[in-house]
Amino acid sequence: MVDQATDKKVNGEEKESEEAHAYTPGLKVKKSTIVQKMRRLPLFGEVYPKEGDKVNYSDVIARTEISGDPEIVKISMVMGLEPEDTPKYMLKKIGETVEKGELLAFYKALFGLIKKQIKAPVSGTLESFSEVTGQAIIRGAPIPVEVDAYIPGTVIDVMPREGAIIETHAAFIQGIFGIGGEVHGDIQVLTSNNTEVLDADMIKPEHKSKILIGGNRVTLDALKKAVQIGVSAIVSGGIRHEDLTTFTGEEIGVAITGQEEVGITLIITEGFGNMNMSQRTFDLLKEFEGYSASVNGSTQIRAGVLRPEIIIPHELKEEDAESLSQGMVPGTPIRIIRQPYFGAIGKVHSLPVELQKLESESMVRVVNIELNGGEVVTVPRANVEIIEE
Amino acid sequence: MQFIIATDVGSTTTKARFFHKKNGEWRFLVAGEAPTTVEAPYEDVTLGVQNAVREIEELTGHKLLAPEGGMIIPYDGEKGVDLYCTTSSAGGGLQMMVAGLIKSMTAESANRAALGAGAIVMDVIARDDGRQNYQKIQRIRSLRPDMILMAGGTDGGASQHVMEIAELIKAAEPKPRLGVAYKLPIVYAGNKTIRPQIEALMKEGFALDMVDNIRATLEQENTEPARRAVHELFMEHVMSHAPGYTKLMKWTDIDIMPTPAGEGMAIQLIANTFKQNVLGVGLGGATTNVYSIVDGRFVRSVSANLGMSYSVTNVMKEAGIDNIMRWLPFSLDKEEVASRLMNKMIRPTTIPQTLEDLIVEHSVAREALRLGLKHHRTIATRLKGVQVQRTISDMFEQAIVDSYVEMMNIDICAGTGGLLSHAPRRIQSMLILTDAWLTEGVTRMMQDSVFMMPHLGVLSTVYRDAAWNVFDKDCLLRLGTSIAASGQAKFGDHVMDLHIDMPNGDKLEETMNLGDLKLIPLAPDQEASVLVEPANLYDVGAGPGKELQTTVQGGVAGLLLDARGRPLYFPTDDQKRKELLVKWFKATGLYDVKALEALI
Repeated sequence: MVDQATDKKVNGEEKESEEAHAYTPGLKVKKSTIVQKMRRLPLFGEVYPKEGDKVNYSDVIARTEISGDPEIVKISMVMGLEPEDTPKYMLKKIGETVEKGELLAFYKALFGLIKKQIKAPVSGTLESFSEVTGQAIIRGAPIPVEVDAYIPGTVIDVMPREGAIIETHAAFIQGIFGIGGEVHGDIQVLTSNNTEVLDADMIKPEHKSKILIGGNRVTLDALKKAVQIGVSAIVSGGIRHEDLTTFTGEEIGVAITGQEEVGITLIITEGFGNMNMSQRTFDLLKEFEGYSASVNGSTQIRAGVLRPEIIIPHELKEEDAESLSQGMVPGTPIRIIRQPYFGAIGKVHSLPVELQKLESESMVRVVNIELNGGEVVTVPRANVEIIEE
Repeated sequence: MQFIIATDVGSTTTKARFFHKKNGEWRFLVAGEAPTTVEAPYEDVTLGVQNAVREIEELTGHKLLAPEGGMIIPYDGEKGVDLYCTTSSAGGGLQMMVAGLIKSMTAESANRAALGAGAIVMDVIARDDGRQNYQKIQRIRSLRPDMILMAGGTDGGASQHVMEIAELIKAAEPKPRLGVAYKLPIVYAGNKTIRPQIEALMKEGFALDMVDNIRATLEQENTEPARRAVHELFMEHVMSHAPGYTKLMKWTDIDIMPTPAGEGMAIQLIANTFKQNVLGVGLGGATTNVYSIVDGRFVRSVSANLGMSYSVTNVMKEAGIDNIMRWLPFSLDKEEVASRLMNKMIRPTTIPQTLEDLIVEHSVAREALRLGLKHHRTIATRLKGVQVQRTISDMFEQAIVDSYVEMMNIDICAGTGGLLSHAPRRIQSMLILTDAWLTEGVTRMMQDSVFMMPHLGVLSTVYRDAAWNVFDKDCLLRLGTSIAASGQAKFGDHVMDLHIDMPNGDKLEETMNLGDLKLIPLAPDQEASVLVEPANLYDVGAGPGKELQTTVQGGVAGLLLDARGRPLYFPTDDQKRKELLVKWFKATGLYDVKALEALI
């Protein structure tokens, strides 16, 4: 059915779109670009650098405190008192600090035959006491929150009390899915090409703190060994679903990641299963072998798409024309991102306007693609992504 | 009034629908869609709205957009519209935390009120929810809700324990999701005698609103005042903080409504018009909303992480991959299925090209719908805490079933959402709904033709007749009627006989045995008279073994005769299971036979 449709398009005289939207934005793979990162506190706080300052990976640029955890103490209930009678037996005033084990309230009756007391279960500040419920709240020490620079570069803007924007010149590569948060390290390519699987025996003790690059998928054993050695991050084409589940100890339900504590950051660039890393991505990473890079596995697919990233700061300024995100036109390089041609690369051959029937019998808008081998295939426009060059 | 435009600002797509009154009748004219622009770099939803409306302008040549922004209102005989309204779920919709005193009483009522207002409920805090205070506090601190709804106590009833819950919330210092600079809205709908204490405690640090008690007595649940307050706060606080909404609010003639609330209104419109019990669903990319109207009582549930794209792998996680794979009539490696679903999740806008891929997605849909209904039943329950008179037979059955949503009492099932609306063959959505929900007795099946239920729901709040006319004529596609016998025995045993008087005068006699499924063509505007004679163990609505005489309506799919048993009969042997599925698929013309055979 696919081929028939193609023949009709190639030989027929039906209308074609001059340009069309790709539904899935292409992932960025840029050799030379300006990267800006907004580093922001979750609450208002203090920001240290000034505009124009140079910062490095681990420099703390902003700091704040979030209020400590509260502890509810049922004073009246423990003391056997009515809530409204309790305050006169309190030994601490609202706002006073208390140490763990220190007496909070004390009560004596019948010439000392009945004694009741309550001690502070935690250290902190006595925040409140309710005469309705007889409960007191002790607020723990404030919890400090720090934000580091993440990338080395120049502070180009300061948002008072909130954070700063840091800019650097770098190579910038987006992955499709990742786990684990921000790390940095030196890049080392372990596979000889973009089709080789990254296995455990390739990982050696000297790879501690490195960012390791594979070609096709990464195996479960490789991930385990990498954690054992202390590798900072692994970047590979794909991963088996079962391997990821075993490694994280949990099936990924919704793609909001980055908070996993698995001892390593993992980025896959293509998808799940056996997936060759795109040649362009692999070549770029190879070119920057030995360079230091910042890596973040955080991924969020819904409500503000966030893809995992590899930022490789460098000074090799080249013209890498910042192409405005164009639509598809004949000749646009394309990657197919779903069966039956998943992973195939080619270029747009034509863009028929009329809806066409797929093998699934859905009527959709399609794109005809000339694959690298010369074969022309038809796929839904929704199932391709533009390779950004 | 001649032209109306309605939009739905979804999390990924903004969908515009254009309606026109012609010869005294309101009809759907054309649709336009564009990506939603709630995120950076745009951060202004009105851009997406304009793009979607511009598509309609291009398709119709009818000018709608005013140069200064918004729509040209009113229609001047040449350009513009008479009304613009919209629903929205962009940026994750309305996310709420709910609290009450007892989990199965006031907390449950508060949960129902929040869901009814179109919210996604992030957590329900109650005194007896099984968590320690410090765990509840940790949880509240980690959530960033848009709003809190708090209930607890009957009027004049429990007060100290309700205050304890309030103090716990206050101590946790929850922060709103949007912006650090504004006060978190909280609606108090509990024991009214402690309002002064609640006010004293909460007025600092929260935007407090107090409404009538949701459970003034245990025998009554009154969710309407809380629902209304939630809606007002949604407009006042949440919407006004979302990018571009202040502008959008000025453009619309009526309040912006959360998408699920609009969808719920549309499902209620079906129940009100047909005066029947309805079970509806919005099967989306991220969430599954289930709505029931049973004996006039409307309940909505939302399963925030059951969906067909963003949440597709969560369906796999919750249902288990084996439950998804039981619907596949061919062999496919487990890892392959899992990888395909993971790849769909990370590239959520892709669509199935091959039949094999389509069947995999249809299998996931059945499980998402099944889990969605299971979740719904935990919310659509009889009021607890009410004294119920038990009969001797109840005592023998040990307990009264909690949920009143029983398939035998459902007269109409209706579905909306991309997968159902875009199914290549209409019978596919009908069978997916039947398989997932296991309809019993006689059930009419309907679906949204081009995803416009939310639009018509919001429109129905001001122009009910216009909304219903479009709904009836252009939106609500009649799929057909299902006749399913409830009960189970041995495979191949006799289940029911049917005597069908077709509209053309033909008389059909059908004998159905366990495992049989049959589809009889009956057009949407046709009716047939049916006498069903179930075998002793089976029930089609009149009681076990009792015959039923009824009239059934046709639809684009037809009349589905289902003798597969309830629960559904599945052979344990894998090969036999696949053969039976193929038999069902072929009997209903579910997929292209040649393409299906090529897969087996």
